[in-house]
Amino acid sequence: MTSRLVDGFARRHRYSVLEALPWLAAFAGYFVFPSYLALGAQILATILFALSADLVLGYAGIVTLGHAAFFGTGAYTAGILAANGWGEPITGLLAAAAAAGLLGLVSGLVVLRTTGLSLLMQTLVVATMVAEAANKASFITGGDDGLQGMEVWPIFGWLRFDLFGRTAYLYCLIVVLLCWWMARRIVHSPFGRSLTGIRENVRRMHAIGAPVSRRRLLIYTISAVLAGISGALIAQTTQFVSLSFLSLERSGTVLIMLIIGGVGRLYGAFIGVPLYMIAQDRFSTVQPVYWYFWIGLLMVVIVVFARGGLLGLFDRFRR
Amino acid sequence: MNTPALETRALHKSFGALTVANSISFRLDPGARQALIGPNGAGKTSFVELVTGALRPDAGQIFLGDTDVTALPQAARVKRGLIRTFQITALFRRLSVIENVTLAVCERQGIGSGRFRPSGHYRAAIEEAYALLERLGLEDDALRPANMLAYGRQRLVEVAVSLALSPKVLLLDEPAAGVPSGESGMIIEVIESLPPDIALLIIEHDMDLVFRLAQRITVLVQGSVLVEGPPEAIAADPEVRRVYLGERMRV
Repeated sequence: MTSRLVDGFARRHRYSVLEALPWLAAFAGYFVFPSYLALGAQILATILFALSADLVLGYAGIVTLGHAAFFGTGAYTAGILAANGWGEPITGLLAAAAAAGLLGLVSGLVVLRTTGLSLLMQTLVVATMVAEAANKASFITGGDDGLQGMEVWPIFGWLRFDLFGRTAYLYCLIVVLLCWWMARRIVHSPFGRSLTGIRENVRRMHAIGAPVSRRRLLIYTISAVLAGISGALIAQTTQFVSLSFLSLERSGTVLIMLIIGGVGRLYGAFIGVPLYMIAQDRFSTVQPVYWYFWIGLLMVVIVVFARGGLLGLFDRFRR
Repeated sequence: MNTPALETRALHKSFGALTVANSISFRLDPGARQALIGPNGAGKTSFVELVTGALRPDAGQIFLGDTDVTALPQAARVKRGLIRTFQITALFRRLSVIENVTLAVCERQGIGSGRFRPSGHYRAAIEEAYALLERLGLEDDALRPANMLAYGRQRLVEVAVSLALSPKVLLLDEPAAGVPSGESGMIIEVIESLPPDIALLIIEHDMDLVFRLAQRITVLVQGSVLVEGPPEAIAADPEVRRVYLGERMRV
């Protein structure tokens, strides 16, 4: 009995069959919707963005309205490299990850001194400052016109990014899979569990001797890295970056997608992002002017009837 | 005289005009069973916060053994064995009981920063947590979320978490507060069965519990130590009876 319970508890990190579903769906999507692969690649990259937000918001309880700062920094880093003669995609991703991570580390040192509403405002301020800096530095970012003339080389000098988005889709799929695997390792590690502790009760975390500030800064930086990779993926596959990558709307939208799917569950991003982006794609074709209304309605319904997002709803039915 | 497990020297803290600690000099010997009592607002919990490092003193020093810890952050004091419980239960409410305790074990063993191996691979930590739950009779609740337990049992989890940190000095802030009298017995039993080398300071309003457990009692009034001594002397002290016990202890 004893060891049974301990065994079960020690095995929580094992993969379950359900976890393969999103990946099977993504893989099948490649064959089933060949004419939607460009949208598919964007969805995959945005899933990574939402996943990065989930790490800070859902696990560590760090509220942020400035996550686009890291997303945009990654996008501009990869974009500027590719527009200036270095179009190698993998090193572009790494450079984007490093730049976004550095911004996360430095801004985290300042903003993470606070919590709650003042933290929210400070993340907003950081994102606004970065966006304004990108706007002013138009000689390198293209400012309001967006960054033009990106030229992304074939992956490994071999796989060209084609017009149909086949390469882009598979490229995003593999990068997101690797990042997800890393994120999953992190949330199941003692460090990841302690983040949940910080979210649940920060006083208790101090009282058991955990270095709370250091852990918060670390996950903030990791999350910034993943957001940066996500931005870089979109920049490389669409060959365009604009100031909207750094906008408040971008920061807000990713949270909405995450909340629709479910926060703090690692898989909320995999539900919320496709749902939101496909709905956006459909609604905006049918009703180009009013599609936001339907997104709004969906949001209201979820907040009223499914506080834990769609995954929370799923859990409730399973019990 | 041997080195006290915990000592404060002229500890002082005020918030504006309100003085919560007025030059408190206090010592707790290794293995002591001591109680800190005083009327509401006497500064008992503030004293705990000062000692553990949640509050910074305006003046004075705090020693753990031979070490001056006045400037050390909370986490560093915990590492040196200075552990507290909370007056109002402060658990990870939605996490399971065993997770509550395992998180504490992990921090003590210094594996709480491990970022890549799954927490389940640190089996020794989980087994230690489970053994603690068994010791306190909580094993049947191990997998339930902490907030689903009866309050008395949540108080026990609170004790389990602090024991998981291998305390040398344990500050129990009203361990029986809010617990129905029928359940306070099990808390007293647990406190009585704590390892004898732990220096124990119980902050408590429940006089039955205090007089049953404590070998020495310190009375705090308006941020100052009024008197300190063995229970019989405290119970007989006319000043203590006037400011505090009188209203409760009409035996």
